[in-house]
Amino acid sequence: MVLTDSKSSIKGGEFLIKDIDASQIFIPEEFNEEQQMIAQTCVDFLRTEVHPKLDAIDYAKDTSLMVELLDKAGELGLLGTAIPEEYGGFGMNFNTSMLVTEACGGGHSFSVALSAHTGIGTLPILYYGTEEQKAKYLPKLATGEWKAAYCLTEPDSGSDANSGKTKAVLSEDGKHYIINGQKMWITNGGFADLFIVFAKIDNDKSLTAFIVEKSFGGITMNEEERKMGIKGSSTRQVFFNDCKVPVENQLYTREGGFKIAVNILNIGRIKLAAAVVGASKGVISTAVNYANERKQFGTSISSFGAIKHKIGDMIAKVFASESACYRAGQNIDDAIDTLLASGMESGQAKLKGVEQFAIECAMLKVHGSEVLDYVVDEGVQIYGGMGFSAEAPMDRAYRDSRINRIFEGTNEINRLLSVGTIVKRAMKGELNLMPAAMAVGKEILSIPDFGVVEEDGLFIPEKKAIKNMKKAILMIAGASLQKFMMKFEEEQEIIMNLADMLIETYVAESALLRVEKLIILRGEEACALEKDAALVYLHSAIDKLNSAGKVAITSFAEGDELRVMLMGLKRFTKIEPINLKDARRRLADAAIQKNGYIFI
Amino acid sequence: MKILVCITNVPDTTAKISFIDGDTKFNKTGVQYICGPYDDYALSRAVELKEQHGGTVTVLNVGEAESEQVIRKCLAIGADDAIRVNTEPTDSYFVAEQIAHIASQENYDLILMGRESIDFNSGVVHGLVGEMLGIPSLSPVMKLEIDGGVAKMTREIEGGKEDVEASLPLVLGCQEPIAEWKIPNMRGIMSARTKPLKVVEPVGSGLTITEKYALPAPKGAVKMIPAEEAEKLIDLLKNEAKVL
Ligand SMILES: Cc1cc2nc3c(=O)[nH]c(=O)nc-3n(C[C@H](O)[C@H](O)[C@H](O)COP(=O)(O)OP(=O)(O)OC[C@H]3O[C@@H](n4cnc5c(N)ncnc54)[C@H](O)[C@@H]3O)c2cc1C
Ligand SMILES: Cc1cc2nc3c(=O)[nH]c(=O)nc-3n(C[C@H](O)[C@H](O)[C@H](O)COP(=O)(O)OP(=O)(O)OC[C@H]3O[C@@H](n4cnc5c(N)ncnc54)[C@H](O)[C@@H]3O)c2cc1C
Repeated sequence: MVLTDSKSSIKGGEFLIKDIDASQIFIPEEFNEEQQMIAQTCVDFLRTEVHPKLDAIDYAKDTSLMVELLDKAGELGLLGTAIPEEYGGFGMNFNTSMLVTEACGGGHSFSVALSAHTGIGTLPILYYGTEEQKAKYLPKLATGEWKAAYCLTEPDSGSDANSGKTKAVLSEDGKHYIINGQKMWITNGGFADLFIVFAKIDNDKSLTAFIVEKSFGGITMNEEERKMGIKGSSTRQVFFNDCKVPVENQLYTREGGFKIAVNILNIGRIKLAAAVVGASKGVISTAVNYANERKQFGTSISSFGAIKHKIGDMIAKVFASESACYRAGQNIDDAIDTLLASGMESGQAKLKGVEQFAIECAMLKVHGSEVLDYVVDEGVQIYGGMGFSAEAPMDRAYRDSRINRIFEGTNEINRLLSVGTIVKRAMKGELNLMPAAMAVGKEILSIPDFGVVEEDGLFIPEKKAIKNMKKAILMIAGASLQKFMMKFEEEQEIIMNLADMLIETYVAESALLRVEKLIILRGEEACALEKDAALVYLHSAIDKLNSAGKVAITSFAEGDELRVMLMGLKRFTKIEPINLKDARRRLADAAIQKNGYIFI
Repeated sequence: MKILVCITNVPDTTAKISFIDGDTKFNKTGVQYICGPYDDYALSRAVELKEQHGGTVTVLNVGEAESEQVIRKCLAIGADDAIRVNTEPTDSYFVAEQIAHIASQENYDLILMGRESIDFNSGVVHGLVGEMLGIPSLSPVMKLEIDGGVAKMTREIEGGKEDVEASLPLVLGCQEPIAEWKIPNMRGIMSARTKPLKVVEPVGSGLTITEKYALPAPKGAVKMIPAEEAEKLIDLLKNEAKVL
């Protein structure tokens, strides 16, 4: 049975106003044998080369071990998955590179070094380089002969990335740009051979990007930063002192650098989401294994309901986050294919494809990183005192997780971005939100339909619940936009609430659609646990949406409007209760039996 | 040098073992299959020898279509082609017959196997194949160098090691550390689908019919006896365990 529709024509952000059919989404169970073999290679590499050396990596005196590991990953071809074959890579599609990222996600500091090299270090050249630049640099980056770093952040320019002070001035003979300035928090800084550097030419308002080889000279560094986590990843301040960069090493257009930064970050965000899914699965397995082994009161602690609750919840969250990742990943692949078919150049098509789903990329980054933080926190708790011991694995997991909410755009910035982009697209007429919001506005003033559902099919009430979640968002977004108009941007608290509501809706819907598709493929009996995971997720998503919605409404509405909207919210967050304790227990029991994470 | 590597398609070591159809069939649902770990070492050494001396590596499996995923992984690791004898491998003799039949059609310098399978663990197929082909067989081999038609090997024996030399052709059962365990690389994975995988029908038929499977009884609780109470231990062994 071919279930994935030819090419779904869904646009980024459109999930909010469109019903999506299960056949339109890709689910990770559909990866083919070759893709699974690639993922297994990553897992085997981590298991044999990285995991036995985590301490050595974190407490290394120099970067030689990390360099050696990256070289080995390069020999296996893991650094070139996204690079086209003509530049020495393997030209894998977007979702396969997501799978590789997930499979490599549980490698702590190594994973960070790997992503920085293959992502922000390599992709600017791949997507914005000239033919000469690509031919010169990509083959070296694909094999790992050269390692890359990305220099955007400065001491006074973090979230406000375009405010950097690093300067580039044309030399008298017109052959070089002379770069001066200071960059901060540069991952892989200690060993990189190549830096993507953002600087302003003369008195430009906006950034320009440059490809800077270490060998150009004029580059110095501070010592390694002392960090809370990912201690083994090299993080340096990098100083450019009259660094002479040949003019042909300007990347893309003058003042085109900010655009590069934004677009590369879109990719970085969704990839980070995949990486943290991989990391979360590993932590769950470690925690379950411990819970099975640790005995108190004469029995394994995994037999206690309080522990089962944690295990069940962790599994449901990761399952849902993963569903959303690969759903969006496939949407991106489809968008890229459509653009390619229309004759667009390949690099451009990939960028545009991802850009269309910038909203999803930002949402997934926030969700994934917060799920991992939840998972490591409960992981420590399951380990009890040993969770607090630096000798046991949860200590590292807990510390290493935290950075994910900060880099690739902080989670606040990404929340602002997801809502901001939706609003912007609606204003431009690219996203037809207004009619939908007005319809909801009318609906809350009418008599509620008491929801006698007569359709038949899978998950009818749950799908209705998802539809209602979307209505709640439209109701609050519509009303608050109307109220604040041009000043909406200043209402960050409401935007944060709306972002949470969006994220919960998108992720819960993704999990549900995944299970629906699986049931169509395998039958309901074979998917009972997946169904439990999706329902556990959905019910808690509705609760979260409800509380975020309440906070948002009370932040701006008064009197009648307040009352009507609160009633509307109540109406839109209604769902027939189910026994979630039992569902979590079933998930936990399966994990306890398997001694690890239960799904693929 | 022409090398034939025989591989098994076996349940992952962490798989949960259960039976169906009145305990007459192994329950395959949810079981992840892997290449036998010893076979993996044999293959890795074969690929290394090919890199050193040139030649070809052919992978052979006696098994049904479900083995092909594992066979393709062997191709990704570096084998040049593969043969699958399309049958359920019902006993060691039957399997050995198939291997000998295939091997007799080509002049293989080396036939490498694992020291034993990890599902039935008999450790006999290499010996049987050696006999059937009338060539020497040796197991478990933990070191193997080829030097001008002569194999120099180290074999594990009771309480020690034995260095052996023999001329080719040979059948060997391998174990670690004969080679470095190999992870398939991207290039290998992507070329695997273009390498030939020939399916042939078996000769003869199996001798064994499985009537019933049973799981070993679960381990009982352990009683700890302090060293200074050795008498108590003797008493328990005599009167409770009744082994003395
Ligand atoms: C280990 C590590 C590795 C890194 N690797 C790299 C790298 O390789 N290359 C690189 O260029 N950078 C890198 N960074 C930098 C990273 O991207 C920045 O730290 C991040 O973007 C946040 O910037 P900042 O630290 O200046 O925080 P700030 O921007 O000062 O943010 C501080 C707080 O204010 C909030 N905030 C800021 N602006 C707003 C706003 N408009 N509205 C609401 N809240 C706001 C933030 O969310 C945050 O909570 C790395 C950082 C770390 C810690
Ligand atoms: C459905 C099914 C039913 C079975 N029923 C029985 C049964 O009733 N009785 C029984 O004894 N066994 C049975 N087997 C096991 C099967 O016969 C074994 O694969 C065979 O006996 C070889 O295992 P061994 O332990 O003897 O191999 P060993 O002698 O331990 O294996 C040594 C080496 O021989 C090679 N080798 C072994 N088997 C194969 C193979 N199939 N293809 C290629 N190379 C191989 C490998 O290199 C292996 O490392 C069954 C297997 C299946 C899948």
